[in-house]
Amino acid sequence: MSVKHGLLALLQDGSKYGYQLRAEFESATGATWPLNIGQVYSTLARLDRDGLVEAVGATGDEDDDTRSRYRITDAGRAELHGWFDTPVARRDRPRDELAIKLALAVAVPGIDVRAIIQRQRTTTMRSLQELTTLKRNAAADDVSWLLVVESMIFAAEAEIRWLDHCEAMLVRVARKPAGGSTGTSDPAGLAGPDAIGAPR
Amino acid sequence: MTATAPSPHPAGTATGAYVDLRALTRTFGEGETAAHALRGVSLTIQAGELVAVMGPSGSGKSTLLTCAGGLDLPTSGAVLVGGVDITALSRSAVAELRRRRIGYVFQDLNLIPALTAVENVALPLELDGIRARTARRMAADALDETGIGKLAERFPDDMSGGQQQRVAIARAIVGDRRVLLADEPTGALDSETGDTVLRLLRDRCDSHGVAGMLVTHEARHAAWADRIVFLRDGVLVDESGPTPSIETLLDES
Ligand SMILES: Nc1ncnc2c1ncn2[C@@H]1O[C@H](COP(=O)(O)OP(=O)(O)OP(=O)(O)O)[C@@H](O)[C@H]1O
Ligand SMILES: [Mg+2]
Repeated sequence: MSVKHGLLALLQDGSKYGYQLRAEFESATGATWPLNIGQVYSTLARLDRDGLVEAVGATGDEDDDTRSRYRITDAGRAELHGWFDTPVARRDRPRDELAIKLALAVAVPGIDVRAIIQRQRTTTMRSLQELTTLKRNAAADDVSWLLVVESMIFAAEAEIRWLDHCEAMLVRVARKPAGGSTGTSDPAGLAGPDAIGAPR
Repeated sequence: MTATAPSPHPAGTATGAYVDLRALTRTFGEGETAAHALRGVSLTIQAGELVAVMGPSGSGKSTLLTCAGGLDLPTSGAVLVGGVDITALSRSAVAELRRRRIGYVFQDLNLIPALTAVENVALPLELDGIRARTARRMAADALDETGIGKLAERFPDDMSGGQQQRVAIARAIVGDRRVLLADEPTGALDSETGDTVLRLLRDRCDSHGVAGMLVTHEARHAAWADRIVFLRDGVLVDESGPTPSIETLLDES
C-alpha cells in the first residue's frame, strides 16, 4: 500500500487540492495514518511525472504547487483499479519485527524470553483496549473508520493469540527433561531466570 | 424499569469495592490427587467496573467466578458482596442474595427448554416471591433491554445461539442485580454477535453501576473491560503486576 494509491482513490470523484487530499486521506483512515502536506505534494509530483494525475487550473506561479488542483488521468484510473483488484500478498508486507525479536531472544543465551512475551502481551492488550474504546465511541455509520479500527483489532488479537501460543510452547519445552544426561536442559533460557535448576 | 429503584451507587466496602474477593483458595480432592484450582486469589471490583478474567484452560477462571457468585464455597478466604461476607451466610441467605443481587451467565447458558424466553427470565423473580404478573413485566423489560423483546414467547430451542445468549443475559440482569458474572458468554458466537453481547455487559456497568466480571478466552472481548487480569494455575496475575515465576507454573498439574 502506498500513499500513491490512496491519493488516486480520493481523486476518483473529482479534482482536488493537496490540502483537501490530505484531510480526506486522514478522515478515511481515521487519522491512523497521518500524512504531512509535504508527503502529499511530493507524491502528487511523482504521480504527475508518471502521467497518473495532472494539474488543472493552476493560478499564477506554475511552481507554486500549493495552488494546483489535481485530476486523475485514464492511466491513473487503470493503475487504481489494478491495485484494488490485486490482493495484498503476505510476502509484500514488512517482516514482523516481533517474530524476529523473539527468535533472536531464544537464540541468544541469558535472555528471559517469557518476560519479553509477557511484556509484549501487556502492551498489545493495552492497545487492544484503546482500539476497542475507539470502536465503542465511533459513529455506527462511519464505516471507513470502523473498517480500519477493526483491521487493527484483528491484528492485535492475532498477535496476542500467537504470544499465548509461544508462551505455552516455551513452558512445554522448558518442562521436558533434558534429552541427554549432560549439559543444561534450558540452554536458551527459555524458562526465564527464575527457572534455573527449578524444574522438577 | 425495575420494581425496586436501585440506588445508583450502592454502598460497598470501605475501599468502594462492591465485590471483594480475599485470599481465595479452592482445593478439590485431597492428598496426592488434590487439584488446587485457586491458590490465594484476591480481587476487587468496583460498582460500575467491568473486569475481564483470562487465562489458560484449567487455570481456575470458572472456579473463581462460581465462588464470587456464591455457587461454590472457597476452601479458605472471604467473598464480600456489598460488604457482606457470603461465605459466612446460611445456604438460604446466599440463595436469596443470588436471586436478588447477583446475575450469572453460565458457560452453557442453562436455559430451561420447557419455558419460553420470558418465563425463563421471570423465574428467579417468581422464586423470590414476586407476583407472577409483576415478574413477567420485569422480565419483558429485561428482554427489551437485550434487544429481543419480540422473541419473548419463543422457546429456547427455537432461537439462535446469539438470541439464547441474550435471554441468559436478560435473566442475569432482571430486577435489581448489582453484580453480573459471565462465564464465556461469547463462547460460540461470531465476532460481530460477540461484540453485541459485550456492549450489553458494558452498558450494564456504565449506566447501572453494576460490578461486572467476565471470563473469556478472547482478547478482543476482554478488551471491552476496564481491567484485565490473568489466572495462571490458580494464581492471579494482574497485567500491571509482577509476573509469576515459572516455578509456580511447573510445580503443579
Ligand atoms: N468439581 C471439581 N472437581 C474436581 N476438580 C475440579 C472441579 N472443578 C474444577 N476442578 C479443577 O480445578 C481446576 C480449575 O478448573 P476451572 O474449571 O476453574 O478452570 P477454567 O480456567 O475455567 O478452565 P476452562 O477455560 O477450560 O473453562 C482444574 O484443574 C479442574 O480440573
Ligand atoms: Mg471455565
